Amino acid sequence: MTYQPSAQTFGASRREILASVTAAGLTLSFAVAPKAAAEDAGAKALNAYVRIAPDGVVTIMAKNPEIGQGIKTSLPMMIAEELDVDWKNVRIEQADNDPKTFGRQFAGGSMATPLHWDELRRVGAVARLMLINAAAQAWNCQPGECATTPGNVVHKASGKSRSYGSLALACADVATPDPKSVTLKDPKAYRIVGKPTPQYDVAKIVSGQPLFGIDVKRPGMLYATFAKAPVFGAKVAGADLDAAKAVKGVRKAFVVDGDPNGLAPPGALGTGLLPGVAVVADSWWAARKGRDKAAIRWADHPTAQQSSKGFAARAKDLAAAAPQKTTRNDGDVDAALKGAAKTVEAAYAYPFLAHAPLEPMNCTAEFKDGKLEIWAPTQNPEPGRQLCARTLGIKPEDITVHMTRCGGGFGRRLGNDYMVEAAWIAREAGAPVKLLWSREDDIQHGFYRPGGFHFFKGGVDAAGNLVAWRDHFVTYGDDKGAASSAGMAPTEFPSRFVPNYRQDVSFMALGMPTGPMRAPGSNALAWAHQSFIDELAHAAGADPLAFQLKLLGDKPTVGEAPAIYNAARMKGVLQAAGEMSGWAARGKLPKGQGLGIACYYSHLGYFAEVCHVAVSPAGEIAVKKMWVAADVGRQIVNPLGAMNQVQGATIEGLSHALYQQVTLADGHVEQSNFTDYPLIRIDKAPPVEVKFVITDYPPTGLGEPALPPALPALTNAIFAATGKRVRELPIRPETLKA
Amino acid sequence: MAYTLNVNGKALSADVDGDTPLLWTLRDALGIVGPKFGCGVAACGACTVHVDGQPMRSCQIPTDSVGAAKITTIGGMAAHPVGKKVQAAWMELDVAQCGYCQPGQIMSATALLASTPKPTDAQIDAAMAGNLCRCATYTRIRAAIKRASGQKEA
Repeated sequence: MTYQPSAQTFGASRREILASVTAAGLTLSFAVAPKAAAEDAGAKALNAYVRIAPDGVVTIMAKNPEIGQGIKTSLPMMIAEELDVDWKNVRIEQADNDPKTFGRQFAGGSMATPLHWDELRRVGAVARLMLINAAAQAWNCQPGECATTPGNVVHKASGKSRSYGSLALACADVATPDPKSVTLKDPKAYRIVGKPTPQYDVAKIVSGQPLFGIDVKRPGMLYATFAKAPVFGAKVAGADLDAAKAVKGVRKAFVVDGDPNGLAPPGALGTGLLPGVAVVADSWWAARKGRDKAAIRWADHPTAQQSSKGFAARAKDLAAAAPQKTTRNDGDVDAALKGAAKTVEAAYAYPFLAHAPLEPMNCTAEFKDGKLEIWAPTQNPEPGRQLCARTLGIKPEDITVHMTRCGGGFGRRLGNDYMVEAAWIAREAGAPVKLLWSREDDIQHGFYRPGGFHFFKGGVDAAGNLVAWRDHFVTYGDDKGAASSAGMAPTEFPSRFVPNYRQDVSFMALGMPTGPMRAPGSNALAWAHQSFIDELAHAAGADPLAFQLKLLGDKPTVGEAPAIYNAARMKGVLQAAGEMSGWAARGKLPKGQGLGIACYYSHLGYFAEVCHVAVSPAGEIAVKKMWVAADVGRQIVNPLGAMNQVQGATIEGLSHALYQQVTLADGHVEQSNFTDYPLIRIDKAPPVEVKFVITDYPPTGLGEPALPPALPALTNAIFAATGKRVRELPIRPETLKA
Repeated sequence: MAYTLNVNGKALSADVDGDTPLLWTLRDALGIVGPKFGCGVAACGACTVHVDGQPMRSCQIPTDSVGAAKITTIGGMAAHPVGKKVQAAWMELDVAQCGYCQPGQIMSATALLASTPKPTDAQIDAAMAGNLCRCATYTRIRAAIKRASGQKEA
């Protein structure tokens, strides 16, 4: 059986991005329409995002899910900037799922900044202009005679001033200006955007106040566990429900048959409602004990034979055979390889990964009078609502989704399997229910960053030019195409930069859900490609940095939007990373140490990273430092958050390379907790020095693009330190022994 | 049965089974949700509380073993002379990304500074390596501990 989720490749698909832009444009006029927001305590709603109270306190709605990327702070900063208020007078409220008002609300693809940079500044500017117009009416003057200082409208000639709080009510009589026609601030005048701004929730975070999905409590709420089969999608063959119910505090225990489309719900990422056993109790601990007593037996399933070892062997066989598909073929690769001064052949392999956000999957649901209310830590609420509606057979408009802060996302909460489970269990239980997964549930029932295999051949000419590149990519999928996040674009670098380039693909059917994980596609492709480029640089006897710069050629850009590649921007960050790291002096490092360099373009950002590693004679790896040069355009919205994202993503990349893998045996995931699925810890996390290279392009996102180059920077550094090339992840220190 | 626990200086009564881990007694029975659930096997540190001043993983402590020990959670840090400094440093440097692990990080950092007011990098590593941060905010965690201890940050 092949698991084939929807063709949606979140975060990687430009079609999706463009669709979101269009949707955002359409909703803007609705968002700035008057009286769209709830009004309270005398506060006046100027539009869906902005309310102003008589005391001048401004409440701004945070439309998108907060998963740690800082969006609850940075999007309102854009509005507050153009509204012209003091940040200390701003209060931020998390919006519910409400696409009619707010357009698409999701955390994915590092898209929030590029999608909202223009739109949300206009939302703020429209509100400011309404306040100016209200003051002009009161003063019986032309709006052009007025200006604003933070929180006040002033009459320039007379110096008269009115606070926003005193004008807000009068905005009811003012027409809403066309958002397209409002004038935006000169960036030189920014008081909020570009200033280091702590997360809005920082005080609540450090004092442990309830913020997250797991902290939700409802009157009369019960707690639930939901056990699913180790082999994805297997049905319940039997369970001792009476033993589960005999546990003190257990109220209900029942079998859930699941949705026939549960493994691949249409229009949704990840899985839907799968078969399993639900236990509902007065406490989560009791529910867990009940689950342990239920002695569940699982039915046979056709994917119970699959294993990571089997896939690796099959990939080798496929690589030796003719490819199933050729996705790009420029020039004549075979001839160019024959004519090359040097050729290199290498096979790269990377494993499945689990997202493992630290807050396990959970959701609270309440089903009452045919209506469903949900509190969920989700990155993608509307598809969750639709999934619940389809699975439970109720109307989407009868479902409300409240978004809580997410204890990490990384793409995992783009799928809403835990939401539909909670909804189903709550309806069956006839009470509000908080469903909480264990860590073992999380590691074993995710959708996974797909593993993959690249069989490369490359050639350089006598002048050290990369003249031939052939990749036979063996990935997961079937005749319909790659599994979710398992594909590769024909524009993958270095295609278009190598005259003779061929990209072949073969697929292996997989009975395991896959999907986007932070920097989907890129998080693996960058490692394989940037490692092989480094191999070719060494084959050419070239400085890897100089080789990369030469490969990028003389044209500033290659290709057309949306697949444009800006070689000039990439060269800029490569040169910056070289300077920051003292690349030119790397020959002076002691034996067993080395610098490695890598670059990658993803999510509209250009990143180059240098890693300094020391490898002991026993093969122990110590990453001493990372340098990151980042080009995300002309404006860093919140430098404090931006730095955190880049440092965290870089260290996460190291964690992938050093530790993480999910393996399949007998059809199930072998790992189960942080004991056998280790993540990087503070003692192995290096300092990360970051430089933002400012270029005159629109600002883009930072949740993802720093991650991909970290892995090849590390493994290229290991080569520089040891002469040993890492071609399989995670790195096995025993292979690096001197 | 009912257990009376000393939590953040208050005597609180919880009616739970004795084998219920302290984490769940705090969270579900007492509504104290600062300690977080991350792994259930003492591998992530998100549930860290102080037991008589020592940092412990509350997911591994059966409620019936607590007795009269003084339990301090993140909610008790505002009244803790070291804890409030640590919290302040965490806020100033905006350490958190998702924030889920941070109560546990702050509990471990506070215990470290209470016993070792000027920790070295190696001491910070040793004391903090039990606390995972999935967002990998380690750079700032280290800087915040340095700041709270009045040492140079980098």
